[in-house]
Amino acid sequence: MKIWVSAALLLLGSMMSGAIQAQSSELYQQLGERSGIETIVEEMLLGVADDERIAHYFADVDILRLHKLISEQVCNVSGGPCEYTGESMAVSHNNLGINNADFNALVEHLIAAMEQENVPVSAQNELLALLAPMHQDIVE
Amino acid sequence: MPKRIFYGLSALLLSAVQPALAQQFESPGSRLLATGGASTIEGSGGGGIVPWATLSSYADEGEWGATVQMTEVQVDDFSLSVQGASFNWNNRVEISYARQQFDLETIGGELEQSIWGVKARLSGDLVYGVMPQVSAGIQHKSNQTFALPQAVGATDDSSMDYYVSAAKAWLAGPFSRTWVANVTLRNTEANQLGLLGFGGDKENSREWVGEASVAVFLDRYWAVGVEYRQKPDLLSFAKEDDWKDIFVAYFPSKHVSLVGAYADLGSIAGLASQTGWYLSVQASF
Ligand code: HEM
Repeated sequence: MKIWVSAALLLLGSMMSGAIQAQSSELYQQLGERSGIETIVEEMLLGVADDERIAHYFADVDILRLHKLISEQVCNVSGGPCEYTGESMAVSHNNLGINNADFNALVEHLIAAMEQENVPVSAQNELLALLAPMHQDIVE
Repeated sequence: MPKRIFYGLSALLLSAVQPALAQQFESPGSRLLATGGASTIEGSGGGGIVPWATLSSYADEGEWGATVQMTEVQVDDFSLSVQGASFNWNNRVEISYARQQFDLETIGGELEQSIWGVKARLSGDLVYGVMPQVSAGIQHKSNQTFALPQAVGATDDSSMDYYVSAAKAWLAGPFSRTWVANVTLRNTEANQLGLLGFGGDKENSREWVGEASVAVFLDRYWAVGVEYRQKPDLLSFAKEDDWKDIFVAYFPSKHVSLVGAYADLGSIAGLASQTGWYLSVQASF
């Protein structure tokens, strides 16, 4: 009996983790996989560079490196086969003095980029929900 | 719809939608689209009939914002017109003003009141973090047509409502849609918002009432939702019912929001089951 219960639990567990994995890699696919994500991040950064509210933060930043790292990170959190090789959010945004308005400005450019790339609203929301918890490490 | 309202609404819409004109105004603030919500019939930022913990306009930390609104409600035997404006400083404090005209179309006559409101964000954030955004507010209401309310048993021509609200958004809630919920607890002695005065012959005491709203965003621009508002029942001449509505809200840009609703206002001044439509337009700067 006990063995059956644990077998059932195991099965259920593997099904559930399978389901979660399938779901997150579905998000990765809906974002257009690696090339789609790179396009989204590029468009976001172009929007940011054009936005006088926040452009000054990026004046001395190596944008190609930043593009590579944010793309890796989005790929990684959305369940894609990427490893994020940058610093933690807390370390990389430490002392930049980013406030809530700045954070929202960047999110707006991310949303605009996803709209531009015709990412479904459900996938947009899922990515935003995965990134939103980083707010506490980024905003001072 | 009375002519002045029609012209007012068209002017508002035009000024808010026209990009050339819109650009003359300050950029509308950094909060995300739709988090500015709409204007309530009492002037405070919120849904339609429930004040929310969110503050009006799109002003964020370090910014200020303002809104103007016009709202029309038409039910079987009554119509309500509202004109209002609000100011938001730092996404911390909201000050609002609204004027209401309530037309007793079947009974005859008109009731009027004006409402000043102050709301402060106490803690939390609608979108970020796990805690809800919590705000507290005051509405100071004064009735300018007290003869009728007095005749039916109201004891005061002006009064304060106090409320506390909590609101939270789930970016990817059920169906991977963004959901927003708000609950408000209000202490009041207002009869039909205060249009029928304050306090009553049946009961002359303040009451706590509960109010709630839930909305789901279908995409970035369209939301549908429901609201429920408990009401006190202090006058013996006529029973006062809770209010409810189902709404559709449209946020084409940060400069304008439109809300259409089907409202069930129950029994008003002895006339039963008042249902009808609600239309509200808000411009934000
Ligand atoms: C969810 C939102 C955000 C994500 C996912 C994100 C992600 C990243 C990543 C992956 C890096 C590279 C880390 C490294 O150097 O190893 C980075 C760096 C940076 N981020 Fe963000 N970021 C976000 C929000 C913001 C905002 C709102 C601002 C400012 C408005 C900002 C400004 C910067 C700057 C200036 C750097 C470069 C720091 C440096 O190289 O010294 N970030 N971000």
